[in-house]
Amino acid sequence: MLNRRDFLKNSMGAGAVAVAATCGILTPVSVFAAWNKAAFDAKTMDVSGASASDKIKIKAPDIAENGAVVPVTVSTDIAGAKSVSIYTEKNGTPLTAVFNFPEGTHAYASTRIKMGKTSNIVAVVDAGGKHYKAHKEVKVTIGGCGG
Amino acid sequence: MAKNSIKIRAKKKGDVVTVKALIKHPMETGLRKNKKTGKVIPAHFIQSIMCESNGKSVLDAQWGASVSKNPYLSFKFGGANKGDSFKLTWSDNTGKSESNEVKIK
Repeated sequence: MLNRRDFLKNSMGAGAVAVAATCGILTPVSVFAAWNKAAFDAKTMDVSGASASDKIKIKAPDIAENGAVVPVTVSTDIAGAKSVSIYTEKNGTPLTAVFNFPEGTHAYASTRIKMGKTSNIVAVVDAGGKHYKAHKEVKVTIGGCGG
Repeated sequence: MAKNSIKIRAKKKGDVVTVKALIKHPMETGLRKNKKTGKVIPAHFIQSIMCESNGKSVLDAQWGASVSKNPYLSFKFGGANKGDSFKLTWSDNTGKSESNEVKIK
C-alpha cells in the first residue's frame, strides 16, 4: 500500500497520467507527447522547407477587431495531411499551435489566437513528410498581447 | 469539479462528428504585468490537448501562449457513432490537467 502511494507521489511530476490515475478518472489511453518547448520558444519562424500550396485554406478576418481573440480556421485537402502548424509571423514567438490528425480525423482545425500586431498567419501542413504552406494577412487594430 | 473548465458539443451529421469545445483557462503569456504591483504575471497556458473517442485518439494538439484566453477548439473526425464517448483532456505548463467526457449526439 505504502509503496504504491510513494510511487504515485513520485510520479506526480509525470503530469497528466498520474493526476488522472489518482483522481479515479479513467486511465487515459494515450499519454501526452512531450511539449515541443524549443519550437514554441523560437523567436523566428522558419518555413523555408515548405512549398507554397493553394490546397490549404486559411479562414481568418481581413481585419481583426480585437487582437486578443482572432478566429482562425485552417483546412486542407492535401492527401495524407497528418498535421497543421499555425504561425503568427509577427508575434514574439511565432509558433502558435500544432494540430496532429490521426487516421480518420479531418485535416481541419479551428481556434482563436492572440495577435500582437498586423501579421501574416502562416499554416504549414505536413503530409507524408513533405511540408506545404499558405499564408493570410490579418490586420490588427488593437494588439492582443496586453501590456 | 474538473468538468467545469471544459464545455463540449460533439455532434454527428452524416459520417462526420464535429466537435466544438470551449475551455476556461487564462492562457497567460508571461509577458503581461500586473498594473498595480508592476510584477510580471507568470506564464500559465495550456500546452497539450488530447481528444479520444471510444478509446482511440482523434486529435492531439500542442499550443503556445498565443492561443486566446478561454480557448475555443473545433475539429472533425469520422468513424464514430451517436452515443459513443468523446473525451477531451488538457494539460498546462504548471503540470495541471483536466478532462471532460460527453456522448456524441
